[in-house]
Amino acid sequence: MSVSQPPETRGNGWVGQAIRRKEDPPLIKGQGNYVDDMTLPGMLHAVIVRSPEAHATITSIDKAGAEEHPTVVAVLTGEDLAAELAGPIPMVWAPPGVEIKTPEHWPLARGEVKHVGQAVAVVVGTDRYAVADAAEEVIVEYESLPAVVDPERALEDGSPFVWDDFCTNQTHEWAIAGGDAEGALRDAEVVVERRIVNHRTAGAPIEPRSSIGDPRGDGATLYSSTQIPHIARFVLSGMLGMAEDKIRVVAPDVGGGFGAKLQVYGEEALVLAVARRLGRPVKWTETRSEHMTTSHHGRDQIAHVTLGADREGKITAWKVRHVCDLGAYFQILTPFIPELGFPVAGGCYAIPNIKLEFVGVFTNKFATDAVRGAGRPEQTHMVEVMMDQLAAEVGIDPVELRRRNFIAKEQFPYETPLGIVYDSGDYHGSLDKLLEHVDMDAFRREQAELRERGVYRGIGLSTYVEVCGLAPSRAVGPQGVGLQAAFWESAVVRVHPAGSATVYTGTSPHGQGHDTGFAQIAADRLGLDPANVEVLHGDTDQGPMGWGTYGSRSLAVGGESVGRAALKVQEKAKRICAAMLEAAPEDIELADGKFQVRGSPDKAMTMVEIAGAAHIPPQELPTDIEPGLEETSFYDPENFVFPFGAHACVVDVDAETGKVEVVRWVAVDDCGPAINPMLIDGQVHGGVTHGIGQALYEQIVYDDEGQLVTGSFVDYALPTASEVPMFETDRTETPSPVNQLGVKGVGEAGTIAASPAVVNAVTDALKPLGIAYMNMPLTPMRVWQAIEEARGRGGGGPARTEQGRDVGEHGTGAAGSGPTSPGEGGAL
Amino acid sequence: MSERVPIRVVVNGELHESEVEPRRLLVHLLRDDIGLTGTHVGCDTSNCGACTIHLDGEAVKSCTVLAVQADGAEVTTVEGLARNGQLHPMQEAFWEHHGLQCGYCTPGMIMAGVDLLKRNSDPSEEDVRHALEGNLCRCTGYHNIVKAIQSAAHAGQGAEVPA
Repeated sequence: MSVSQPPETRGNGWVGQAIRRKEDPPLIKGQGNYVDDMTLPGMLHAVIVRSPEAHATITSIDKAGAEEHPTVVAVLTGEDLAAELAGPIPMVWAPPGVEIKTPEHWPLARGEVKHVGQAVAVVVGTDRYAVADAAEEVIVEYESLPAVVDPERALEDGSPFVWDDFCTNQTHEWAIAGGDAEGALRDAEVVVERRIVNHRTAGAPIEPRSSIGDPRGDGATLYSSTQIPHIARFVLSGMLGMAEDKIRVVAPDVGGGFGAKLQVYGEEALVLAVARRLGRPVKWTETRSEHMTTSHHGRDQIAHVTLGADREGKITAWKVRHVCDLGAYFQILTPFIPELGFPVAGGCYAIPNIKLEFVGVFTNKFATDAVRGAGRPEQTHMVEVMMDQLAAEVGIDPVELRRRNFIAKEQFPYETPLGIVYDSGDYHGSLDKLLEHVDMDAFRREQAELRERGVYRGIGLSTYVEVCGLAPSRAVGPQGVGLQAAFWESAVVRVHPAGSATVYTGTSPHGQGHDTGFAQIAADRLGLDPANVEVLHGDTDQGPMGWGTYGSRSLAVGGESVGRAALKVQEKAKRICAAMLEAAPEDIELADGKFQVRGSPDKAMTMVEIAGAAHIPPQELPTDIEPGLEETSFYDPENFVFPFGAHACVVDVDAETGKVEVVRWVAVDDCGPAINPMLIDGQVHGGVTHGIGQALYEQIVYDDEGQLVTGSFVDYALPTASEVPMFETDRTETPSPVNQLGVKGVGEAGTIAASPAVVNAVTDALKPLGIAYMNMPLTPMRVWQAIEEARGRGGGGPARTEQGRDVGEHGTGAAGSGPTSPGEGGAL
Repeated sequence: MSERVPIRVVVNGELHESEVEPRRLLVHLLRDDIGLTGTHVGCDTSNCGACTIHLDGEAVKSCTVLAVQADGAEVTTVEGLARNGQLHPMQEAFWEHHGLQCGYCTPGMIMAGVDLLKRNSDPSEEDVRHALEGNLCRCTGYHNIVKAIQSAAHAGQGAEVPA
């Protein structure tokens, strides 16, 4: 058998190189294949009729007007589709010993609506414009009920209930503690309390969600813009009453996710149900307004934080009570997302006593769930903001304060009071490296000069640690915190007869660059060029069950699985090579891209030659070597991994308008050894921008009646190119002992690091005005109001404001409480 | 269903004749009728710029142009940039500088970048950022997009830049 163009085998050393991406050529030529780009023969278009009411009883649905449209094929309600829609959207968290009040959540409303945008009916037809017209003709009559929007008011006596049957708006309470936080707070020399609001945001990928249901025989295919095709099949089999082997889920090119597509949505079941009912493919693509209304939101937590420390700034206690607005219904992980931050409570600081309480609340809004970071940005934001608040309180420089509290390099693996083991870290090292880029003394001189000219420049630090590598199944599964799921990852590495390779991963990328990075990992282990390693994903018919892409897990779990499967192939290749060269398998080594006999580099085979021998043996191979060259790995990590780093943000605040401008960003991140540094930098740039967006611009706003105010990109402000600077990035590399690659993950790091750095920088800038703390988003209006209030007080020291529901919302700082009076502030 | 109107549009050098409803958006003519799905829809409100194309040589957002307004016009989409299998310098620069991640905003970004360089052959960083204010990206933080466009500007100096 001849091979016309044998694959090049340049050999090992691909890992670590910033090679450009394999996935780019089609995308830059307009040849991507996103779901909405697909047109199947006979395909119908679906438009969903949604509730304009936040809380109401449906009294009638009149479909006649819509059904009269000549191009409309069907108008269907929840009642009409009761047979096809066999089960509700599941919520998969069942924490041992905790009851979570869980309402049934159906793809189409059944008798009542609980939030604006809830799906009530679906109109299907041949022309997408005409279907949109027809949807307007579906007449739904509602009897309005009182809506509750504010989560704290929802917990007060006399509040209307979202769910009358529960007789409460509290969904659940979950707590975890280690040490004695209450006792340590009683004994603390300094106590700082703040009410820190982490407001509701949207994932807002630029590609809206889109799904096509395609019936085939007694089964169906779902093409969907999802981060989790395999989980989707598993969940949809229950929702549709179909066996998994009858459902294929394909995630083709996916235009960003940011958590918003880490979900199984009602519409995915709906297109399959309607397609099966009508026997034709059905496509639904959300409008941007639908995305803002009914793709899950993130964050929306109010944290009552109490920190105890001694006068030298050493933190002794950390206590947080979180009020978490979960919306009216649950999506698959809704009540768990706030708690997902608990492993990094207390951040990168050695705090001996920690206590966390989470209270979930129903409101008449859409569900919250995972958005980039998912629970960890909230924990990190509050701990990093509180570090600067404490620094002001005790009059210690924020850099020095952090150093006094860091977990030392020698303490790893470090077990937190909550029983979480941080795998590895060097927090002083990343801060040191940051300060090589940022001359703090020079900055302070410049800041002082600028202040004399009326320019308010500030610097904010964030020294974060996050938790990735989701997840060791024993820790988070049924026997751990209670998710009814596991989080190992699968990979198949298949070397073809002519010596190129295909890798299938159970992760499901949507911009991260797995096609390139995973090819580099496999190439090094196979003695191939990444150009000859094709990485496939996102099709339940192509590879084994996998758990998808989220939580910065793909490299540390999925990439590790690829590496392990490739090593299995390498081991077999060595045995084949040894048989062919009449050597012992243990004497075969992979070097310079060749399998060679140790000490005799002239006796060698390339992977191309070995692949040929594996499939079409030119001589008899030992009987214990099966034909073919393909291996599978199912890898369940032993522990989480904990990336970390140090970021600095410099802002200028216009005191006349309240506008904040980010003028400099320096990021030092440590995600272990780099597979492809170019991809890491790209993730950091985008992640930081996401965090800047939350800190300064983005906010999902509902009015008091539960109407969504921010229903489009006109009202929901994503950062543009003019709102961010060029980013200065650097790295330290501290390997994780958890996996063979030593890698950690970086997809969410920037987002997790960024928001407190911005808030700390603005606070630093406005210190001369006596503004001690502000909650996000730091919009010009909020900052301007804070400045005006401060000037009304005559400037000077921080204001004393009573602890209450508005503290921290409107600019002036919440006062310290406990044994000490509020600090003098300002002095660094 | 309103009356249909005949239109003739030259898209990437090819004449397309069709009859469309007066309300039909140009982006749907391109994507659904002609099958050029490289031009994307991201927001419906002209904020995100994923649908950016060139209409008679100027960048426009095709979700906010009616197909009938393109009657008699020449349209260039991202599919029309590469010539004879050769990537346009802007496409090459986006690849080289990792100017894309998920790729969804990319066609609009590339078309906006080409449009900028036609008006300003050596834009400053600030010029590029200002020119991109109508194009949203959630993945890249714009850093590498800015680098790519400035790099394409330098690559294009002295060379004929098609489209």
